[in-house]
Amino acid sequence: MQTLIKQQSTIGAADRRTVGRVTVENPRIRCRNVHVYYGEKRAINGVTLDIGRNEVIAMIGPSGCGKSTFLRCLNRMNDAIDGCRVTGDILLDGQDIYDKRLDVVPLRAQVGIVFQKPNPFPKSIYENVAYGPRIHGLTSTRSELDEVVELSLQKAGLWDEVKDRLNQPGTGLSGGQQQRLCIARTIAVGPEVILMDEPCSALDPIATARVEALIDELREHYSIVIVTHSMQQAARLSQRTAYFHLGDLIEVGMTNQIFTNPRHRLTEDYITGRFG
Amino acid sequence: MAGLPLFKHPLKDINRLIMHPSTLFFTLAILCAFSFWIGKRRALTIADGQIRNLHSLPGYYGYYATLWCAIPALTLLALWTGFESNIITALVIRGLPAELQHLPADHLNLMVNDIRNLVSGNIVSGEIDPAMRAAADHYQNLRQISQAALAVVALTLSILGTLLACRRIHKAQRARNGVERAIMLFLIGSSSIAIFTTIGIVLSVLFEAIRFFQAVPVGDFLFGLKWSPQMAIREDQVGSSGAFGAIPLFAGTLLISFIAMLVAAPVGLMAAIYLSEYASKKMRSITKPLLEILAGIPTVVYGFFAALVVAPFIRDSGSLLGLDVSSESALAAGLVMGVMIIPFVSSLSDDVINAVPQAMRDGSYGLGATRSETICQVIIPAALPGIVGGLLLAVSRAIGETMIVVMAAGLSANLTANPLQAVTTVTVQMVTLLVGDQEFDSPKTLAAFALGLMLFATTLILNMVALYVVRKYREQYE
Repeated sequence: MQTLIKQQSTIGAADRRTVGRVTVENPRIRCRNVHVYYGEKRAINGVTLDIGRNEVIAMIGPSGCGKSTFLRCLNRMNDAIDGCRVTGDILLDGQDIYDKRLDVVPLRAQVGIVFQKPNPFPKSIYENVAYGPRIHGLTSTRSELDEVVELSLQKAGLWDEVKDRLNQPGTGLSGGQQQRLCIARTIAVGPEVILMDEPCSALDPIATARVEALIDELREHYSIVIVTHSMQQAARLSQRTAYFHLGDLIEVGMTNQIFTNPRHRLTEDYITGRFG
Repeated sequence: MAGLPLFKHPLKDINRLIMHPSTLFFTLAILCAFSFWIGKRRALTIADGQIRNLHSLPGYYGYYATLWCAIPALTLLALWTGFESNIITALVIRGLPAELQHLPADHLNLMVNDIRNLVSGNIVSGEIDPAMRAAADHYQNLRQISQAALAVVALTLSILGTLLACRRIHKAQRARNGVERAIMLFLIGSSSIAIFTTIGIVLSVLFEAIRFFQAVPVGDFLFGLKWSPQMAIREDQVGSSGAFGAIPLFAGTLLISFIAMLVAAPVGLMAAIYLSEYASKKMRSITKPLLEILAGIPTVVYGFFAALVVAPFIRDSGSLLGLDVSSESALAAGLVMGVMIIPFVSSLSDDVINAVPQAMRDGSYGLGATRSETICQVIIPAALPGIVGGLLLAVSRAIGETMIVVMAAGLSANLTANPLQAVTTVTVQMVTLLVGDQEFDSPKTLAAFALGLMLFATTLILNMVALYVVRKYREQYE
């Protein structure tokens, strides 16, 4: 921690400029100069970043660096927090998601989110998955809904484990199964982007391995933004990695390059374990 | 004639002061403080001034000595006070002349009472004969001896206790563990007081109720359709045979509680939803206390309000519509009672809604649900057991409520489901049966206890169900 404070006092404004290529061809989400404030406090300081199609992008950094805050900006989950203010542009497929006229309901259907702690509703497994399609009116008949539920559970790799007990409460599953149920629930709405906020940090290693395998498969259909504290996880899962430090986006690059040959001193210090 | 002053001597007055129980208590308290100091000193001396050498902190040795000083003496004090009066009375009776001793038991009791009155200087019934005067002096004498003995024995015990404790103090002695066990026992004692009080209440009601059921068959009471508790005092009195069918009372209670819940449940629940989900922090900090003020209004005041404002209003608006509304209607009482229990429902529901983890809301919002969808489909179902528990508690509160219905519901035991008529409730009847001078051998009076027992059983069951439901809900998130 002491090293961290020293680091902090020694980086100047120039050191906070993002190193590496922040843009990609034909991005799904385009963020330009995003600032986030909690009241007077600035939590995110001018982040510019593209999120590509069918890629897993990992966000790493020490606690309190703003990576979760940034993630939650992408589907406006920060709206619910009192005193939170977002400036700058975030465009989803060219559409400004902070446009006053935009409704958050369809936005969140397009950009789903999975949380750190599995949070299935106190309903049956079936109802958990059917919740999203129901509120968005995605299906008109029961059989269509059954199909969506089955497909989502299959995509989340949970179908075989729960197909005989769809009517039992989702809270009765194990932690890893609950997290995959939450992923199935998100998939059921048919999103384009899935945000994951440390999805494995409450899981044991075996459940983690299953969820990681699932994330890798999901890349085929979705853009995935994952916040993680585990650098190994970031290295295993992602194609690109973004390193955040105290509200600044310090370095972005291909995951290989970030972990083998970081260009910014802070990134290097972090991934070599000098602080964080 | 007032009682003769028994103590004329100033010396005797001083004597009495010294003998007074509060003096004893005060002395004991001083001794306890002293024993604390001695115990602590003793521990420090043993440890050569090094606290590290002791098993516990020095203060614990002090408390240890205090406990030894206080507990035996206080136990003795309690036992002594408990048995003193009986023993002295027995001795006094034995000292009475033979012809008085052989009086019938109730006569003897009366005389003992007279003797006690004489001693304490109260008015005595009848003439004072010399034998009684002698007995009174004897009584007084015995009491003084007893109190003096008590003081001596108690103080000796406490001093001996302190000395014993000091002797037992050594370096490795686990004074802390001993003191903590004593504290735990004390806490157990405190918590069992509530339980024993409940048992005591149940038993006292139960025994009177059993006496009632000896006069009136249980079946007649539980299933009778007519309530008219007036009993004939004279043989030739007309029309007062006494009918103790409790059905009209329970029907009235249920009708009024039902109306009350019809008001309180939706209003309270919606208020809770607004407060916990929609209101801003500032709004909530103002509104919630305001709502809870409702719970602080004495029910008597609600009673005025029901009887003087709501009931006439309902009667007048009823007559405008051509309805025949009695001036004391179940509707008026029920409406006001409903307003009274709104804060119960809203406060309890607000608590359980707030207890639904934020993760549930996040999960729902994250899927694109709107606020109302989240509330209806996630939060309310998750909080439902707690809300039901809160509602059941509110119902039991409504059933037991007395003042509003006394003032606004009336006394006539009509068996009706029409809320515009006057009905009466269990609690109202209990009040009317017990107000004023009553004879405790008449079923009329005893009926109040039978009603009380029924009411107690009903609310107890409701509360138990409510607590069970609430507890089951809690298990879900822990």
